[in-house]
Amino acid sequence: MLYGDCMGVPRFWRHISSRYNLIGTRCATCGEYYFPPRTMCPKCRRDGVIEDHRFSGHGEVITYTIIHAAAEGFDRETPYPLAIIQLDEGPRMTGQVVCDPDKIAIGMRVKPIFRRLGEDGAAGIIYYGTKFMPM
Amino acid sequence: MKIEWDMINMAREVAIIGIGCTSFGEFWDRSFRDIFVEAGVAAIEDAGVQGEEIDELFVGNMSAGRFIEQEHIASLIADYAGLASLHVPSTRVEAACASGGLAIRMGVLAIASGHADIVVVSGVEKMTDVSTQDATDMLTAAADREWEGATGATFPGLYAMIAKRHIHEYGTTREQLASVAVKNHHNATMNPKAQFHSEITVDAVLRSAMIADPLRMLDCSPITDGSAAVVLAPADLARKYTDTPIAIIASAQASDTIALHDRADITTLAATTAAASVAHKMAKTTPDDIDFVEVHDCFTIGEICAIEDLGFFPKGTGGKVTEEGITAIDGDLPVNPSGGLKGCGHPVGATGIKQAVEIVQQLRGEAGKRQVAGEIGMAHNVGGSGGTAVVHILSR
Repeated sequence: MLYGDCMGVPRFWRHISSRYNLIGTRCATCGEYYFPPRTMCPKCRRDGVIEDHRFSGHGEVITYTIIHAAAEGFDRETPYPLAIIQLDEGPRMTGQVVCDPDKIAIGMRVKPIFRRLGEDGAAGIIYYGTKFMPM
Repeated sequence: MKIEWDMINMAREVAIIGIGCTSFGEFWDRSFRDIFVEAGVAAIEDAGVQGEEIDELFVGNMSAGRFIEQEHIASLIADYAGLASLHVPSTRVEAACASGGLAIRMGVLAIASGHADIVVVSGVEKMTDVSTQDATDMLTAAADREWEGATGATFPGLYAMIAKRHIHEYGTTREQLASVAVKNHHNATMNPKAQFHSEITVDAVLRSAMIADPLRMLDCSPITDGSAAVVLAPADLARKYTDTPIAIIASAQASDTIALHDRADITTLAATTAAASVAHKMAKTTPDDIDFVEVHDCFTIGEICAIEDLGFFPKGTGGKVTEEGITAIDGDLPVNPSGGLKGCGHPVGATGIKQAVEIVQQLRGEAGKRQVAGEIGMAHNVGGSGGTAVVHILSR
């Protein structure tokens, strides 16, 4: 199965600013940051005022795994480290960490890098997004 | 309005009066239709009800649309169960791997509300008509596709991240994780319906293929075909059908964030804790009152988190108590006497129903070599990495 079979071009494209540049959201009412972006603040709900926020992408590994049996479309990359990153503004996100699988550790500081995530075969479109690397 | 669960009772109490379950395994020669008919007919025969008495059908199913390219299975089931001409209402319920448990809750509510008397609740999944990798991808749909799956996360990968953090915070060991799989395989050897009938060792788990560090092949529940069904009735009518009705004394459900990364505590399935809390209020019980439990061990770490988050053991001690045999079939609190998802198999939509079937067999004293003692059993069914949890408490 190809990467686009599960995501599809429009579905990926509409969040390109978030995937490429880590544009998330912030609630102006309570000050809470959200990545992935949310259109409803879970704390303030209808009293929330949601605005865009560009995250630095700097953060810390909260937990991780090394994927050996890959998800579809990621077969060629195994084994690859996958982590939950706590961004410095507070929210957490899931992403790959580009490093020697033996080097990743809980508490490691990371920064974002722009990388290829997958493609729709040799002639199809290529999907890019954010991964992380050790600082 | 916030409901005060301890202040309310179900409008009508509900009992299980019949059970049915197929063998679990890889059935190349049997179809989706074959297996749900077998389980449903077995449950209806066990209950001694007639088709004309059935007021409503519910079916738990995660993903027939992707496993067999068939949606609208509520109609299919009513049809192939021979109930189409009676026009019995039939509803599919979906909450990923918690679809079965949730379907039971829908059946309970239909009776408690007074809307129905006899309700058949089934669960079914036919997972082996697609390749293992396709099945793995379909299961990833239980996670956040856009922000977990699309980054390269797999389902074992998400539970592996729970395990890594559990090891980091509490010193849980690789051997303790393995001891869950060893125990559940042992229990499965005594369950004729189970997918696996082989004992395994801690060493075998630690030598099995790495899937997502630290989880290996034998830490993971298998891909399984199977179906299970229960027949529900109002408690006051149940004895008309059976001498051994099993009362559903609590039926509770809770939600949480779909993505693992959005949970404040990665190692706690807060939906499990919330559902268990409501269930105990409904049943007027505490964890000490539960004699045995079927928990959602989709991965070995899942069972360790479950027995902690359900309140049986302090946070961080689940691995230790498993290694010490406290959760063994002859231990203080038998956990997964059926063999669990790991040993008995995990046809996702059927799993929550199979848990109830197991508890009924145990409470009736019909569990054969794996019989445990007790009056009260609990079933714990999880959807995804913890976005849904369903807890039922059953009593003799």
